[in-house]
Amino acid sequence: MRKRQQLGETVIHGIFLLLGLITVGCVLLITVYLVLSGIPAIRRIGLFDFLLGDTWASTAASPSFGILPFILTSVYGTAGAILFGVPVGFLTAVYLAKLAPPRVKAVAEGAVSLLAGVPSVVYGLVGMLVLAPGVRKLFHVPDGSSLLSAIVVLAVMILPSIIKVSVTALEAVPPEYEDASLALGAAPVETYFRVSVPAARSGIAAAVVLGVGRAIGEAMAVMMVSGNVPNMPSLFQSVRFLTTAVASEMAYSSGLQRQALFSIALVLYLFVLLINAALNFFLKRDKEG
Amino acid sequence: MRNSSISTARKLCIRLMKALCLLSTAVTCGVALFLIGYVLVKGVPNVTWELLSTKPSYLEGAIGILPDILNTVYIIVATLLIVLPLGVGAAIYLTEYARNKRLAAVIEYAAETLSGIPSIIFGLVGMLLFANTFGSCLLAGALTLVIMNLPTVMRTAQESLKTVPVSLREGAFGLGAGKWRVVRTVVLPGCVDGVVTGCILSAGRILGESAALLFTAGFAHTLNGFFTGLGSPGATLTVALYLYAKEPGPGGAEASFAIAAILMALTLCINFAAALVGRYFKKRSAL
Amino acid sequence: MKKIQKWMGVALAAALSVTALTGCSQQAKTSGTVAADGSTSMEKVIGALGEAFQNENSGVTFTYNPTGSGSGIQAVQEGRCDIGLSSRDLKDEEKASGLTATVLALDGIAVIVHPDNPVSDLDVDAIARLYTGEITNWKDVGGNDASVVLIGREAGSGTRDGFESITGTAEQCQYRQELTSAGDVVTAVSQNPDAIGYASLSNLSDSVKALSVEGAAPSEETVKDGSYPIQRPFVLVTKTDAPLSGAAQAFFDFATSADAAPLIAKAGAVAVH
Repeated sequence: MRKRQQLGETVIHGIFLLLGLITVGCVLLITVYLVLSGIPAIRRIGLFDFLLGDTWASTAASPSFGILPFILTSVYGTAGAILFGVPVGFLTAVYLAKLAPPRVKAVAEGAVSLLAGVPSVVYGLVGMLVLAPGVRKLFHVPDGSSLLSAIVVLAVMILPSIIKVSVTALEAVPPEYEDASLALGAAPVETYFRVSVPAARSGIAAAVVLGVGRAIGEAMAVMMVSGNVPNMPSLFQSVRFLTTAVASEMAYSSGLQRQALFSIALVLYLFVLLINAALNFFLKRDKEG
Repeated sequence: MRNSSISTARKLCIRLMKALCLLSTAVTCGVALFLIGYVLVKGVPNVTWELLSTKPSYLEGAIGILPDILNTVYIIVATLLIVLPLGVGAAIYLTEYARNKRLAAVIEYAAETLSGIPSIIFGLVGMLLFANTFGSCLLAGALTLVIMNLPTVMRTAQESLKTVPVSLREGAFGLGAGKWRVVRTVVLPGCVDGVVTGCILSAGRILGESAALLFTAGFAHTLNGFFTGLGSPGATLTVALYLYAKEPGPGGAEASFAIAAILMALTLCINFAAALVGRYFKKRSAL
Repeated sequence: MKKIQKWMGVALAAALSVTALTGCSQQAKTSGTVAADGSTSMEKVIGALGEAFQNENSGVTFTYNPTGSGSGIQAVQEGRCDIGLSSRDLKDEEKASGLTATVLALDGIAVIVHPDNPVSDLDVDAIARLYTGEITNWKDVGGNDASVVLIGREAGSGTRDGFESITGTAEQCQYRQELTSAGDVVTAVSQNPDAIGYASLSNLSDSVKALSVEGAAPSEETVKDGSYPIQRPFVLVTKTDAPLSGAAQAFFDFATSADAAPLIAKAGAVAVH
């Protein structure tokens, strides 16, 4: 009897262990599949020509597969989105976490989570109808679909994650810190920026990294506002991102072109893994600190 | 008293910071309100009962989104049915069984990684893994979404498992219960709130998903029952919005804004439901 | 009780995946279903044909998956669907791999501009010179003094392939935007007074103006009699040596019969049978 029960416990333990390992299995599966399908094209094109080539003409009679324009566009686009999105998101988070009256806070947080729930296609659609014509008129350029439009859309799209994570971090700062600062004569606003923000800096850094991850991975919205031509990036030029390169050609692709698209996905995946490692680093430091 | 001791420069600085905070919040809320307003104004007039209750007809040139609504429901139900046992099981392993700290850390890290992967990559892998082996269909989409939502369900279940007091478990052990019995009778009932929250969050994410489904679940607008539906290609609401915006015919643009407005309303409901559930369980656990 | 519920849930999920899996694999083979896969431009034509066919044959299920010409051709090759749909003629290597193309209809590719653009007629040569970047200002073709914004489709699109091969601009187009659907092209052109783009006739809306080419306005008649030069075939792709299933053959016969012509016309294309 005792033995049977023990056996049962072991089996159940095993089942849960398996369930626990499923996430690891999924990550391995994704990695293996992407590597397996991404390597052949890189080997045929050559790693150097693939990563540093500056022309992408996948369907030309003599095709060339250089993805440097995509990599640079993704990097610039993400950096631009961070440049616009982080200050706005950070200051909003400080206001919501520390300064806002409860009712204002409730309404604003509702608006922010709604912003997070808007499907990216809607961002793209509104961007196409409102933002791109706006950019065209404002800067007197022939066409508004450009890196700039994509940056604005991305900046808005990463706001919710930045705000949510930063607010959580700021609210987790022990009130004793702030009380001490206030007692020493600092004004509330000074306290929030000089004491609370530094105390929550790991969480805020994590928010920024999360924003980077969101921005670099977005496809559907930027595809509609960035013009989608594989140019080297420039603010008012039509550009193509790593994600949109995959999304826009996948449906029609075949042969080496299709394999090359998987290689682009692999490059994108490596970027994401790097960002995740950074995120993990900040979160861990947050827990320990 | 204290204010008088602050120099004008400091006062100015404080004012400035406060103003900047306010301005940023105004910008954020302004953008959100503009987006919502724009979509609602363009979409709501086009939401008709006819649109909601019919399937599209090419012969009559009419657009109806009933099949897309049903497909969305099917794919959410199928995804949750599969992801719940997996996610909750993983959470139970981590909180109740895992003794090897390093293994637990690896699992947590994998979940973290999984939640950071962009949906377009899920779409590609889903296409390779599922759609290429048994064809584009709702099930292939659902399985892709399972991988995508696994970390969310695991995380929320884990959070709520942590709130089950250790004393309860120890009490049950003290009464001579085996591990599995404790998990079943004490721990599992305690994570209902986490499971409900996880379901709501996942449903929200599935509702807004397009990139991961485009390559896996297909685009058909056919009216199907649950089981045939899972076995055949179909578009969810968001995918339908994408399609109508992309290949407009007569009424396509109007239909896509109508769907956008519906999605916005559903998102609002989901946020509200999540807040409500959170509050309900907080109250109950405080009792 | 809780336990039973949970295990029932698991069992249900398992049962569900099994039934759905078998459902998936059967869909292409079972008699009584017709699976078509391919060109997004043919959506309206095939949708209308499929619906009419189903109305007449109540036992038949018709599914259409608009994935793109390339994917459709591939799907036929791999046996994932009965009939592939391509909005370009098959390449020689595709024909050699055992596929047959049957032209179902013709489609005009309209060249579109913003409604405020004074230009309303261009010849093929002027269009080619605009798209290759030889002409960069609208005033050179009788329009306003503004630089031309070229909008087109992504590489691999059947529409782009058709447009570039007819205008002789393959690989030379200086696109400002390469959009992934006809809808995006129409939207982008409608938002920019200096833009020019191209899209299938059936995708046009009032928000843009279709140019006439060499005096012929794009319409069913001008495409049919060949006076409108920019046109391409809509093709049904089947395997050369493997016979179609009963239902699929019936659909194929229906689609290429004279009965289908008015349906095709209503969907904005020109029937050839």
